[in-house]
Parts: sequence; structure tokens; C-alpha cells
Amino acid sequence: MKFGILVNEGPYTHQASDSAYEFAKAAIEKGHEIFRVFFYHDGVNNGTSLAVPPQDDRHIPNQWSELAKDHSVDLVLCVAAAQRRGMLDEDEAKRNGKTSHNVAEGFRISGLGQLIEAGIQADRMVVFGD
Amino acid sequence: MAMLHTVNKSPFEKNSLESCLRLAKAGSAVLLTEDGVVGAMKGTKHSKDVADAMANISFYVLGPDLKARGLSENNVAEGIKVVDYSGFVDLAAEHESVQAWL
Repeated sequence: MKFGILVNEGPYTHQASDSAYEFAKAAIEKGHEIFRVFFYHDGVNNGTSLAVPPQDDRHIPNQWSELAKDHSVDLVLCVAAAQRRGMLDEDEAKRNGKTSHNVAEGFRISGLGQLIEAGIQADRMVVFGD
Repeated sequence: MAMLHTVNKSPFEKNSLESCLRLAKAGSAVLLTEDGVVGAMKGTKHSKDVADAMANISFYVLGPDLKARGLSENNVAEGIKVVDYSGFVDLAAEHESVQAWL
């Protein structure tokens, strides 16, 4: 079965991102496909490449990146939510005259259409938020 | 096929469980997650609402979230099944759609 996941909250403030990650991992272990994880609102902060949590804590952005790498999961950050919060990939940084970019490996920036498409293509949409 | 409702807030904090129970149709299922697991405890002032709803709704609670909060499975009200993330995935797959009461 194809699952779509929507994450509406950032890392370390609410449990949403942790819950979504555990759900995605369990679904993959059971042989399901994660069609896409869409990060909306503060959820875009899960895609930062600049997080340096204490070593004895989980590294939430890295966990997502590894999931994307190991199981080719499509991780999409909402472009409007990302720009407001200073989350820029190389192209967006260039386009906006910024000197640096901070989107972690495995994540990409795109529009809300990707959420709609996930809703259409996936058999189930599961929402994690506060 | 019926709907799976997920509730992630304690009934002592928000009224999302109450709203969910008011609108959930007979034959659907409710999964209590995150702080929502408090709604699965027996002997609280919300226990009766849950017990009444059990007549036509099935209830589940996420075990890892109980454990994270130091809540014992022994205190989960009768009739509520404890599931892990794998069970959460099964419930999502078995039901026609998933509605999160955020």
C-alpha cells in the first residue's frame, strides 16, 4: 500500500515529527511504500542541514535524510513555508540573493501541488501535527 | 470500510477526543497517540465517555507513547487494545481513510 505523510510541526518542539518518522519506518518495514512525506508550516524545519543536537539525542533531520537515502523516500518542503522560515536550497538562495543554503540531503523544496498529488496518488494520507 | 481517527491530545488539555467521539460514525476506530494516550486510562472523569463510545467504536492506544509517559498498560481501560507502530500502520491500512484530530 502507498502511504502519504504530512508533517506540520518542527523537530524537538512537538512529537509530530518523531511520530511520523516511527510510522514511516514501521510502514517500510512491513513492505509498504511511502509515496512522499510533505513538510508544511513549521514542519519545514525538519529539513535543516545546520542542526547540531547533543550527541546523546536523536538527530531528527539526519534520521529523515537516512530514511530518504535508504528507501528512496521523497521528502518535500513547502516552498512558501520554507522561505518564510529561512530554509533555502541552492537554487532558491541564488534566486533570492542569499549567500548560503541549508536544505539537508534527501529533502527538496517544492509547492503545495506536491501535497495534493500525494493525496491523490497515495492510498492513505496520515497527518502528524500538534 | 470505516475511518480511523487519531487523537493526539489528552482530554484534560483539549476537547479533540470529545469532538472525535461526537462525530465518529459507528464501525469506525479511534487510535490514541502521543498525549492522547491519557484518554485510554481507566478511572478518569473521561473514562465513561470512552466506555460509552465503545458500544460502536473500537479503541486502540499506542504502546510506545504510553511507555514514554510512564503509563502502565495495566491502567488502560478494558476494551482498549494496545498496539505498536506496526499496529498503527495496520490500522491505517485496514481503514478506508485516516482522520487526525489535531
